[in-house]
Amino acid sequence: MIQKKSKKGAVTALIACLVLLAAVILLENISLFLPAGSVPNVLKPTSQLFAVLKKGAVYSLAAVSMNLLNGFTGLFSLGQAGFMLLGAYTYAILSVPVADRAAVYYLYGGSAVNFSFQDMFGSLFGAEGLGGAVSLGLGVAISMVLAGCVAAAFAYLIGLPVLRLKSDYLAIATLGFAEIIKAVFQWQALGPVTNGANMIKSFPTFSSFNITRADGTVLLRLSTFFPFLVSTICIAIICLLINSTYGRAFKAIREDETAAEAMGINLAKHKMLSFCTSAFFAGVSGAMFAMFVTNAQAKVYTTTMTYEILLIVVIGGIGSVSGSVMATFLYVACSEWWLRFLDNETFLGGIQVPFLRAGFRMVVFSVVIMIVVLFFRRGLMGSRELPDLLKKRSRKEAAGS
Amino acid sequence: MLKIENLHVAYGGIQALRGVCLEVPDGKIVTLIGANGAGKSTTLRTITGLVKAQSGSIQWDGEQLLGKSIDRIISSGIAMSPEGRRVFPDMTVLENLKIGAYLRKDRGEIEKDIKWVYELFPRLEERSWQLAGTLSGGEQQMLAVGRALMSRPKLMMLDEPSLGLAPLVVQDIFSIITQINRQGVTILLIEQNANMALKIAHLAYVLETGNITLSGTGAELLANEKVREAYLGKHKG
Repeated sequence: MIQKKSKKGAVTALIACLVLLAAVILLENISLFLPAGSVPNVLKPTSQLFAVLKKGAVYSLAAVSMNLLNGFTGLFSLGQAGFMLLGAYTYAILSVPVADRAAVYYLYGGSAVNFSFQDMFGSLFGAEGLGGAVSLGLGVAISMVLAGCVAAAFAYLIGLPVLRLKSDYLAIATLGFAEIIKAVFQWQALGPVTNGANMIKSFPTFSSFNITRADGTVLLRLSTFFPFLVSTICIAIICLLINSTYGRAFKAIREDETAAEAMGINLAKHKMLSFCTSAFFAGVSGAMFAMFVTNAQAKVYTTTMTYEILLIVVIGGIGSVSGSVMATFLYVACSEWWLRFLDNETFLGGIQVPFLRAGFRMVVFSVVIMIVVLFFRRGLMGSRELPDLLKKRSRKEAAGS
Repeated sequence: MLKIENLHVAYGGIQALRGVCLEVPDGKIVTLIGANGAGKSTTLRTITGLVKAQSGSIQWDGEQLLGKSIDRIISSGIAMSPEGRRVFPDMTVLENLKIGAYLRKDRGEIEKDIKWVYELFPRLEERSWQLAGTLSGGEQQMLAVGRALMSRPKLMMLDEPSLGLAPLVVQDIFSIITQINRQGVTILLIEQNANMALKIAHLAYVLETGNITLSGTGAELLANEKVREAYLGKHKG
């Protein structure tokens, strides 16, 4: 009976995901169907809405992967930005078309890696039309998977010594790792591969997935759909992992290491599994972040980025996947869109509104964080998930009637 | 049968066990009593492999357990319910039980065993979706015993199941322990509550500062003058 119930839940979740993805496609393309004059500003492709949705999709994967480690396994790691950087660079290095490499790496007289998956598939399927689309899709997919794999491999190597540490010490060690990685990738000697401190660009980005006519006008927009698709698939995989026996073992480790060990759970193995899985998905989200900002540059992946993601995880509720996702969109929408006005000097009836100037947004954010930490320590969702809330409500209704 | 011979264990420089020898025959309830710091918990932790021994041997059905990894020891049919219950507080009762069966792969049998545990402890079935941290102390102890049973052990080791529980609840727990034993599970019980433990035990050992000083049937030790003085609160005269 228990199994039947979870099967029903899985089908519902699958349908919900498909509906969400369909809604994203519809939202993105609605401006194509409406007459040109009557499109509201919000729905225009240049609107902040789509930037928020794209960044939200990217960050939600990063947040959920961090939650897997910090929330479900109880390993407090701050290396997220480092793994995202590894993913971003791996993706970028493997995806810049060979023809553009000389221009991108001009300071180093061309790239050491003269190869890209898209070109490889392009020579198989053709670079134009349907063949071009197939080779773009395959090239990007393989590069992203490898981006995750490289991040996971690095996680394995540093996990060997670092996972023996606990709580604060682990956080400091992983933070240090992220900083070291950032410095190494800006090192001149690695220039032919990483382009030194300069950015790598001209690889396929989200807008490469828009389907265009021969004259360049857009037929169907998929640039927001693509990050949603990838994030949905990855988060679904993480959910499956969390609900498996492995996930249960992770939670047991979080709750009580000694008792978990007495149940026969191999601590080292499971911690490593969680660490590497988290790094893998952080790597994938890093690759998507590079696509979102259309370049890969080491100096972007700072400690501040890790803190941003940590903040999202805390706001959403440590140990709640749906909480992390909701908090991501809330956070990204606030920081990129809704609270932008706080940074602009504003005049109302000739009087300047006090406090509103560049940087004030961050002050408001800091206050919000303090309020959350002081009064809403369990975040939006605590350790519950979205379906739990619905279940409770229906139970209450049943009791009421 | 579990056979421990000349077991020495030390924490750093502190000698916890100094040559413990004891036997746990199949199908019996064996109890190990002793004061705080006598080495009772250390004995259990060494059997499960949580603590490494210096020397000696622990044989389980003729097989050497010392030096084996914890998961191999547990899958060979030994389960432990640790001291202080140690249930996983933010997981549901059902999840706690499933963790107990972590090393088993036979799904159908696991479902059966969950039903068996629920028959032994109907209270747990009522609360199967509740978080373990919200259970009362007695219920948490039931859960800890049930969780240990989920690995379907031949030998179940219980570390102070009466810790911090009301006398009536302790009686419940002990009657269930005898019931589990009657269903064929060998039990190694560690207790401060010597009176209760000796009453249900077939075989008992007294541990003092890392040595076994006395052994006999439960009834023998209950009648023993020294034991009565030291552990049962009986005054001379």
